[in-house]
Amino acid sequence: MSIIITRRALVLGAAATLAGCDRLASNATIRRALFSAENFHQWAQRSLMARNAMAREFHPDQISPIFRANGTANPNTPEYKALWRGGFADWRLRVTGLVDRPLSLSLAQFHAMPHREQITRHDCVEGWSAIGKWRGVPLSLILNAARMRDTARYIVLRCADDMGGGKAYYESIDMVDAFHPQTILAFALNDRPLSVANGAPLRLRVERQLGYKQAKYLMAIEAVNSLSQIGRGKGGFWEDHAGYDWYAGI
Amino acid sequence: MEPAPASPPDYAKRHRLSTRLWHWLNALLLYVLFTSGLGIFNAHPRLYWGQFGANFDTPWLVLDRFPGWITLPALYNLAMSRHWHLTAAPIFAFALLAYMLWSLGNRHVARDLAFNRAELAPRQIWRDIIDHARLRFPTGTAALRYNVLQKGSYVAVIFILLPLIILTGLTMSPGMNAAWPWLVDLFGGRQSARTIHFLTAFALAAFFVVHIAMVLLAGPFNEVRSMVTGWYRVPKERA
Repeated sequence: MSIIITRRALVLGAAATLAGCDRLASNATIRRALFSAENFHQWAQRSLMARNAMAREFHPDQISPIFRANGTANPNTPEYKALWRGGFADWRLRVTGLVDRPLSLSLAQFHAMPHREQITRHDCVEGWSAIGKWRGVPLSLILNAARMRDTARYIVLRCADDMGGGKAYYESIDMVDAFHPQTILAFALNDRPLSVANGAPLRLRVERQLGYKQAKYLMAIEAVNSLSQIGRGKGGFWEDHAGYDWYAGI
Repeated sequence: MEPAPASPPDYAKRHRLSTRLWHWLNALLLYVLFTSGLGIFNAHPRLYWGQFGANFDTPWLVLDRFPGWITLPALYNLAMSRHWHLTAAPIFAFALLAYMLWSLGNRHVARDLAFNRAELAPRQIWRDIIDHARLRFPTGTAALRYNVLQKGSYVAVIFILLPLIILTGLTMSPGMNAAWPWLVDLFGGRQSARTIHFLTAFALAAFFVVHIAMVLLAGPFNEVRSMVTGWYRVPKERA
């Protein structure tokens, strides 16, 4: 028995099989199954780790020489430019939603609150990593100061960058990550105020998740009971528009 | 494989049901994992050693994007590649674990894969290499056992490469790195782990190429039938 296999046949065979996979992925049931793997991973990871299991913290000599900025490099909206020109003196972070005491916090107030400093690794969904030293205020302090209600299940982070068509970047996390000790609203990277490319004046650090969760250019945080009424209901800009997993610990 | 009688039968039961099921499930899953993995790699086709690595750092390998005929999906889509990869990965990992435990339990490992002293003699290994290089495939009862090269490659794949690709894959997850920080330390940092994950994938691809070549050379119909039905036509002894 002799079988002659040409490179062309192999390429065509591989392409045909993969085209079959692509067709499968357009089937609604298969698509749902592929998208629901996230739930298994979230359940498995949360089962394996202590609620407050810490992301690795590094030594100062392990910091990346240049911390790569990704996504929006500058929101460039008239409102943001005005804030930037004023040194963010007029910027406020609004804390709204399911809270008994809504807040509006200035950068000076953030500087005056208790800080946490952490040298952590930022892992982008694309595969690269950068290590940087962050300083900021634990999100738990803010939520407690705003007297968040028990009915709140998620924290939504609203950003200044317009991703096109008037849609602002946003992200969301649940209470496990919102009250994690390493979850901070950071205003400094490597001992300097956040640069515009890295999210000035304030960004989220949620260290057990991928880079797209680390929302930059924060304008408001909102405690909510459900994500379904926000954006397209998937809990984040890339979740809504590119099909990324909401649970970004994977 | 059953113990071979003195005079070899025409047909012999060669592969157990557990081996056959796992083999074909694995073939499917590794195909999905490899092609979707290349799709994910295309998002940042550079590899580094150490804890960190991004555009301003020095990679040890920079590639072009893999072409669409070998990636899943064919058109670059990081989210879909990740959905395929992360769906297939846990099934693949638990199937390997189950197969390992099952194969220890039913003595597949001890009977068919463990090396014996005689075949580890340098002269015997050399003879197997020469026979292999000359494509002299075993006949009669000898065809019902794995030779030392086959055992070596199956043991390396099942007990080294596959666990390695699963463990390095787990360290790609920031959540897993918080849960098991020792694992990413074991590989020397996340970017080293990503590099090892990639190299292991290509080691498995190389195994696949040799494996398919051997099946074609040894008689594809008989080999594939034995992996589907379990039954293998025993090659006649050479005169």
